[in-house]
Amino acid sequence: MLTLKDVDAYYGNVQVLRGMALQARAGEILCLLGRNGAGKTTTLKTIMGLVRAQTGTITLDGEDITALPAHSVPVRGIGYVPQGRRLFAEMTVAENLEIGLMTRGRGRDVRERMLDLFPVLRDRLKQVSGTLSGGEQQMLAMARALCLEPRVLLLDEPTEGLQPSMIALIRDVVTQLKGGDTAVILVEQRVEAVLSVADRVLFIENGAPRETVDAATLRADPALVQRYVGVG
Amino acid sequence: MIKSILLHGAVIALLIVLEPVLSEYHHGNLARILVLATYAVGYNILFGYTGLLSLGHAMFFAAGMYGCALMVRLAEWSVGPAFLFGVVCALVAGLVVGMLALRTIGVGFMIVTLMFAEAAHLTIAYYNEYTRGDEGFTIPQAVRTVAGLDLSDTTTRYFAALVLFSVCLIGSAALVQSRAGRVLVAIRENEDRVRMLGFNPFRYKLLALVLSAVMAGAAGAAYAVLFGYAGSTFASVQYSIFPLLWVLLGGPGTTLGPLLGTVLMFYLVDYASGTVMPGLAAFVEGSFGIEAPGLASAYLLLVGIALVLLVLFAPRGVLGVVRARVMPWLP
Repeated sequence: MLTLKDVDAYYGNVQVLRGMALQARAGEILCLLGRNGAGKTTTLKTIMGLVRAQTGTITLDGEDITALPAHSVPVRGIGYVPQGRRLFAEMTVAENLEIGLMTRGRGRDVRERMLDLFPVLRDRLKQVSGTLSGGEQQMLAMARALCLEPRVLLLDEPTEGLQPSMIALIRDVVTQLKGGDTAVILVEQRVEAVLSVADRVLFIENGAPRETVDAATLRADPALVQRYVGVG
Repeated sequence: MIKSILLHGAVIALLIVLEPVLSEYHHGNLARILVLATYAVGYNILFGYTGLLSLGHAMFFAAGMYGCALMVRLAEWSVGPAFLFGVVCALVAGLVVGMLALRTIGVGFMIVTLMFAEAAHLTIAYYNEYTRGDEGFTIPQAVRTVAGLDLSDTTTRYFAALVLFSVCLIGSAALVQSRAGRVLVAIRENEDRVRMLGFNPFRYKLLALVLSAVMAGAAGAAYAVLFGYAGSTFASVQYSIFPLLWVLLGGPGTTLGPLLGTVLMFYLVDYASGTVMPGLAAFVEGSFGIEAPGLASAYLLLVGIALVLLVLFAPRGVLGVVRARVMPWLP
């Protein structure tokens, strides 16, 4: 389980997280919802050590990872798929996957599982990843992060800018992670996407956690979305 | 993988076959080119594969050259141990400079490496009592032997240069195919992303810089031993720019690009300085009655034009274009 307690973070002198707190449990999908600039992406970056938590603690299965250097966080079992995919554009699909496998010393069996999960990548192994479609790039970014066999997977707007068929594919894969050993923290702007996959939703406002509700509560009370996201 | 092994084997075989058929002039040139191409192979690991542009690599070449040549001249070591000492000097220099310079990125890294190299150049000039500064010094032919082989003999020299180049080329190709090599390329593509995947970029960049420095040092030491000369010109900024140009011309991030770039640039300079520019000077004088003595030695003008054209029309270098259009498997 990943736990954040009273985490404050800053960009220079500007405070961007104020007492951030959340719990992500194995087999569960926790969605972060909030307006633009609310602190959703910063929360993920703080977990990854890319933005330093000034106060508070971040623990993974009881181990304090708050002060770990950024490159040590994935080795502990946290995978991150940032906004915009960030592939190694000149490397092939196979090479991108290999880099992911190397992080935690995973082998061919994990690679095969990823290719079963994203069959379209199997046909593209030798293709330079920068030439893939947006949806295929997103699948590769997710497959590469899953090659770590992460205990926690952080997804930052994975369906942004994708066509509906690709969104459905990505959603299916995320849904398949439910009930497994991986906790998923999903940042998503599209409320209907959140409702279709989330177990719980954490609303964030001005860098602070406001309310955590389960998906059923959110469906029954659209005013919550109106209050924190401004759409309904 | 098999194609890559065959291609590298074919290039080395071609260089072996060429030895007896080359004229004396080209024979000497190619031996020199192989040593300089070794330097470029090392530079390519840092620049072509890792994406770090150093403007101070001459210090590593000079560390190897002076580490070797001074041991022969002052301590009267034989050339074998002296060569190894030169390589160790470059390794230590690479480690020390890397620990400091790699704390910077981009332009900062370029400036810091340039400053280190200038400091090294000035240090060589300052201790001219030992180094003989710009004038340099020669290593007597009599001591340039190893295991009974006379390294001043043209054939022995050629094959010694070829062995060094082949070892570095194969080492470079093996590195690129290795897991560490994949991480280096990934750092070139997106360093932050590499960090987010759990790799420490600093450690890998330091590895690349040290390997690069070792190859540069081995080339410098080999130059001293095979051609019997050490001089501070080899520590000047010009010799930091050369490997960049060779790699850019041949194809950064291709294993054979450094060799091709060094060959092309060497003969471009040779042709421009020996034929084109003197001919142009004679034409200007004959046609217009204007004496232009400077024109004959302005061969860098032609080199500059060639580089501008290269950057405009083939920024990936010759083999980079070949890889993009014809041979995508080219390592």
